[in-house]
Amino acid sequence: MTKRILMKGNEVIAEAAIRAGCRYYFGYPITPQTEIMHYMALTMNKAGGTFVQAESEVAAINMVYGASAAGGRTMTSSSSPGISLKQEGFSYIAGAELPAVVVNIVRAGPGLGGILPAQGDYFQATKGGGHGDYRNIVIAPASIQELYEMTVEAFNLADEYRMLVMILGDGTLGQMMEPVLFRDEEPIVESTKEWALTGHKGRDHNTIQSIYINPDELEAKNNELQAKYRAIEVKETRFEALDTEDAEIVIVAFGTCSRICRNVIRQARDQGVKVGMIRPITLWPYPTEVLSELAKSDTLKAFLDVELNAGQMIEDVKLAVNGAKPVYFHGRTGGNLPSQKEILDLIMNIHKEVNQ
Amino acid sequence: MAIVFEKTKGLTDKPFHYCPGCTHGIIHRIIAEVLCEQDILENTIGVSSVGCTYNNYEYFACDMVQAAHGRAPAVATGVKRVHPGNTVFTYQGDGDLASIGMAEIVHAAARGENITVFFVNNAVYGMTSGQMAPTSLLGQVTTTSPFGRDSAVQGYPINVSEMLATLTGAKYIERVMISDFKNIQAAKRAVAKAFRVQKQGLGFSMVEFLSTCPTNWGKSPVESIDWLKQNMVPQYPIGVFKGKDLEV
Ligand SMILES: Cc1ncc(C[n+]2csc(CCOP(=O)(O)OP(=O)(O)O)c2C)c(N)n1
Ligand code: SF4
Repeated sequence: MTKRILMKGNEVIAEAAIRAGCRYYFGYPITPQTEIMHYMALTMNKAGGTFVQAESEVAAINMVYGASAAGGRTMTSSSSPGISLKQEGFSYIAGAELPAVVVNIVRAGPGLGGILPAQGDYFQATKGGGHGDYRNIVIAPASIQELYEMTVEAFNLADEYRMLVMILGDGTLGQMMEPVLFRDEEPIVESTKEWALTGHKGRDHNTIQSIYINPDELEAKNNELQAKYRAIEVKETRFEALDTEDAEIVIVAFGTCSRICRNVIRQARDQGVKVGMIRPITLWPYPTEVLSELAKSDTLKAFLDVELNAGQMIEDVKLAVNGAKPVYFHGRTGGNLPSQKEILDLIMNIHKEVNQ
Repeated sequence: MAIVFEKTKGLTDKPFHYCPGCTHGIIHRIIAEVLCEQDILENTIGVSSVGCTYNNYEYFACDMVQAAHGRAPAVATGVKRVHPGNTVFTYQGDGDLASIGMAEIVHAAARGENITVFFVNNAVYGMTSGQMAPTSLLGQVTTTSPFGRDSAVQGYPINVSEMLATLTGAKYIERVMISDFKNIQAAKRAVAKAFRVQKQGLGFSMVEFLSTCPTNWGKSPVESIDWLKQNMVPQYPIGVFKGKDLEV
């Protein structure tokens, strides 16, 4: 019988990964994601898999690279400073077209920063971080149930597109407890992975690499990657639209921040201001189109981008809106969360300003 | 007509790109020969690293993966954890293994990772044109120690084999030199033993090869062999540092 279980976000991610068939986990301790590791250490062996505490995040991501090259379903998790160290591996994984799942439970930066929640890794997650022209699919869940379902889905996407899929959470999502309803069976899509390294008995030998010394070959490889990314933009872009049809002000927020904004919508409407929200679920590919369309609407007067950083996603919002409507910004950093009142007050001010 | 010598099936037909007199090619050949002689080529997965041999995935006729600079032992760990029954080896230079990849090699050894590492010590960074390596000798002139390696400024060479031999997880470590027929045969025996150690699941094994880089040493192939024997061997003595009495 299925029933709701109260679980911590980080543990749900680990449980989801195991349910999704992940059997190779490599990690290095860092707050606020360490419970993922602890859960893996406890359960991975029982699940018939391998848990390795790596000597560094650099080693962990390279173990993922090796395990993935060998055909395994594999994952690593970390938080911001550790994710910075993994960027080398991300670029190689992109170049070699290997499936991998990486979880970033973002904490406040820059530098060692603080251990409280933030969204300051948006640029790093969505615009590269490592070297070269590549993309990672970036998924931003906003609840524990979504952490579960999207982690499972991340493994399927990684295999399907042979690329890195990042779950971008934050300290709040990782640490909080919410009820989660697990499925009896996970929708695992098995892939054959003919390219994987298994020992070449009975076939030609396989090689996995990301180096192309010949410029034309490398350009062809890049064109291939870009074509894959364009297809993903068409097929995999996901967002949630909330009360946008009649909205005069549309909030754009993701993850934990969107939870705070969600409550503000009702409060603003109670005071007669029609507010809606677009919540990007995939941060790459970004839901550009829906924002561009909304920007054309006569009822819509302004966008309000709210983030737990000094203004990163706002660049994508502005690109989508392309000057058609004003884009306001509210952000908190350092691990602080905006209060509902803070956002509501701002909305009231914007409402006044755009109706003058 | 009887065939008296055949190129090993462990290597592809792709011609090596190494400089004349470079001993990387000999090391490739003996590894490939052992893979065939032990009949493990078809279950072997190799890890290429970053250095002159970055593309030896084109030379070894087995499944191969190319790793980032210094990370081969971590990549090999990932591979081996997925396929514990397969033979897994890395092939790394001294810049790769002893400088940027020092953490990865030490911890792979400490974990007793059941892989085999081939460590090619030519006392310089070959591919990037002869910079000082952690293994460069005191007084050695390189492009980044143009007045000779000075211990007061650039510290001392690292004896990797001796250092790793202190780790319990390391089960077999031998240093050999690619200098003449006798030593090449000894090197081949070391490669064979390292693979047997892995096959028996005993843990981490490594063979360090003293190897030449005529191009960056600015010497002829013959002078290079002499230089290796006269200068490298006193700092890096040949021998078994771990697992001498292992019966495999
Ligand atoms: C992260 C990173 N840093 C630097 C380089 C440049 N690089 C390429 S090969 C090499 C030196 C390799 O030297 P060694 O490991 O001694 O191997 P050899 O070329 O002598 O065989 C360096 C520094 C790189 N590819 N990646
Ligand atoms: S540069 Fe040195 S190590 Fe590299 S192939 Fe030439 S001789 Fe060999």
